[in-house]
Amino acid sequence: MSGKAKENEIALHLENITMQFGGVVSVNNLTLDVPMHKIIALIGPNGAGKTTAFNCITGVYKPTNGLIEFMGKPMVRNHPSGKDAKTYKGENADKYASDEVLSPTPDEITKLGIARTFQNIRLWKSMTVFENVLTAKHMRAKQNVFSAVFRGNLAEENRMREETMELLKEQGLDAYKDELAVSLPYGLQRRLEIARALATNPTLLLLDEPAAGMNPQETLELADFVREIRKKYGLTVFLIEHHMDLVMNISDYIYVIDFGSEIAQGVPEAVQKNQKVIEAYLGVAEEE
Amino acid sequence: MKKNKNILPALFGVAALLIFIILLENISAIIPGLPQVFQPTSPLFTVLKKAAVYSLVAVSMNLLNGFTGLFSLGQAGFMLLGAYTYAILTVPASQKDQVYYLFGGCAFKFSIVDLFQSFLGSSGAGGAAAMVLGCLLSIILAGCMAGFFAYLIGFPVLRLKSDYLAIATLGFAEILRAIFQWQKLGPITNGANMIKGFPTFSSFNITDANGNVLVRLSTFVPFFITSLCIVLIVLLIRSSYGRAFQSIRDDEVASEAMGIGLFKHKMLSFVISSFFAGVGGALFAMYVANAQAKAFTSTMTYEILLIVVIGGIGSVSGSVLATFLYVACSEWWLRFLDSEMFIGSFKVPLLRNGFRMVVFSIVIMVIVLFFSRGIMGNREIDFGRLLGKKRNVETGKKKVG
Repeated sequence: MSGKAKENEIALHLENITMQFGGVVSVNNLTLDVPMHKIIALIGPNGAGKTTAFNCITGVYKPTNGLIEFMGKPMVRNHPSGKDAKTYKGENADKYASDEVLSPTPDEITKLGIARTFQNIRLWKSMTVFENVLTAKHMRAKQNVFSAVFRGNLAEENRMREETMELLKEQGLDAYKDELAVSLPYGLQRRLEIARALATNPTLLLLDEPAAGMNPQETLELADFVREIRKKYGLTVFLIEHHMDLVMNISDYIYVIDFGSEIAQGVPEAVQKNQKVIEAYLGVAEEE
Repeated sequence: MKKNKNILPALFGVAALLIFIILLENISAIIPGLPQVFQPTSPLFTVLKKAAVYSLVAVSMNLLNGFTGLFSLGQAGFMLLGAYTYAILTVPASQKDQVYYLFGGCAFKFSIVDLFQSFLGSSGAGGAAAMVLGCLLSIILAGCMAGFFAYLIGFPVLRLKSDYLAIATLGFAEILRAIFQWQKLGPITNGANMIKGFPTFSSFNITDANGNVLVRLSTFVPFFITSLCIVLIVLLIRSSYGRAFQSIRDDEVASEAMGIGLFKHKMLSFVISSFFAGVGGALFAMYVANAQAKAFTSTMTYEILLIVVIGGIGSVSGSVLATFLYVACSEWWLRFLDSEMFIGSFKVPLLRNGFRMVVFSIVIMVIVLFFSRGIMGNREIDFGRLLGKKRNVETGKKKVG
């Protein structure tokens, strides 16, 4: 269905993605597009299935049904089979049945150029700020165990270290480089997690609630920061967020889901006025 | 560029240690009339040899348990594989019938040492060179055998997490021990009997034609091989792969999301650790001068695990330090507790055979209860600092407090 022209525009394409855990449908028939060089947001109330959708994209979960394309190429594809086929409650069960099942592991997906951050920060605890970023460069290093152990390729190691230092300077983290990552203030830990994701040279950056636990000031800074890195590294950004300020501020386009299904999509202004969204999401948020 | 500054002093330290060991070993021949401790029969050298062997196994276990976060208890099994591989490959062909007399000779008729002797000569310098090369090659093959088995069982076992992995690897080691004692495999493993007659540490002593020792090297050899292996392990830990291992220990999910293949890296760590455990097993066979499956019990694994815990999980120098302390205590310093002692006519109570283990257990309980991070925690001894050099603040690795 997608022509040649579309391949150049769409970084990530989700089609009929359904994720079912036992009898519970977490994500139901989700279809969305993330165009290149845009900031796209996925929002929805607690438990709407946002993080599950993210986990399907990054390979943590294998979706029960559906197709995910990255840069125009099928990356993940599955259809309900065996026990799942009997209990499957979603739609389009037969649409992908004749196609080959694709379920790459998270590290293979990262190699393709998708990097992510986590809702609850997952930095490597025993490592310093510098080592956290340096280790993320491991994947792209041109080396094998022997050249690494016998220091056969010192130039590569030095290049990794220099690039890491450069990245830390750009992110304003160089002053903390020898601190333990977990000893940083919360906002900087978030920033470090993004820096670590950038170290894998991604084309698409997935941010899972980047502003969670931040105060309004930090949230504003984060918005600028995300815009800045998108420009500097030519990134496409796909984020999940609760903070309405942030989402409305930086997103080019918004998808809203509730109970796993899409209820609205559009530019920020349109979504803000959408009655369904106000009922499902903003209304609930005010009561809390 | 940067880490090398710390590695060089460490290498000097290792070289100095090796020279010191040679001197210590031969000092009684140079200066006569030294106290008993310095004589070749002193427990000092037994302790040094055993500790050198154990420290390699402890460091290899630390690579897996401390640096990669895989709680494996298969160390004794891989040592067994190494010990048997070494023994089978190095028993001279002329002795095989005698060693395997219960099974009418060995299935492997050749010996690697003989192989080298066939083109280097069997006497004089040629024979010595053949022995050294044959032994080294066999030790490497012993490691490879252990690594190969690790690779095979890694496929099912490394999909397990924490305790389950420990149980599976422990079971693997026990199964191996049983298989190697199986009578049907007698022509290869000599059944439940021990294999002996292969070159041991004392075979490396330089002797004159009459068999009088000129230069002792029997303590130097295990130290040399162990140091070489530990240097390799440290280089690995400090490489990009070592960082990947540590990231897996810290947070698997994050590592995977950053493109570090979990299975690949776990397998790598498992195989490398087992390789060095196999080398350690070969050294252990040389130390006890026989290879016998009975010796490689799970108790041995626990002993090594204990050393790793005492030394500090995630610290190579801690493991080495702890090995020497542990072995010295169990083989030497606490021996006096095992024999009855009289002060005047007063018989000291409690001292009798076996009391050493009671005291030892209490000491270990105290360490585990009150110093659960071990001697070194996850820090390392800084050789640069030991040599009095000021560390370069800009580039030095930060200490984790």
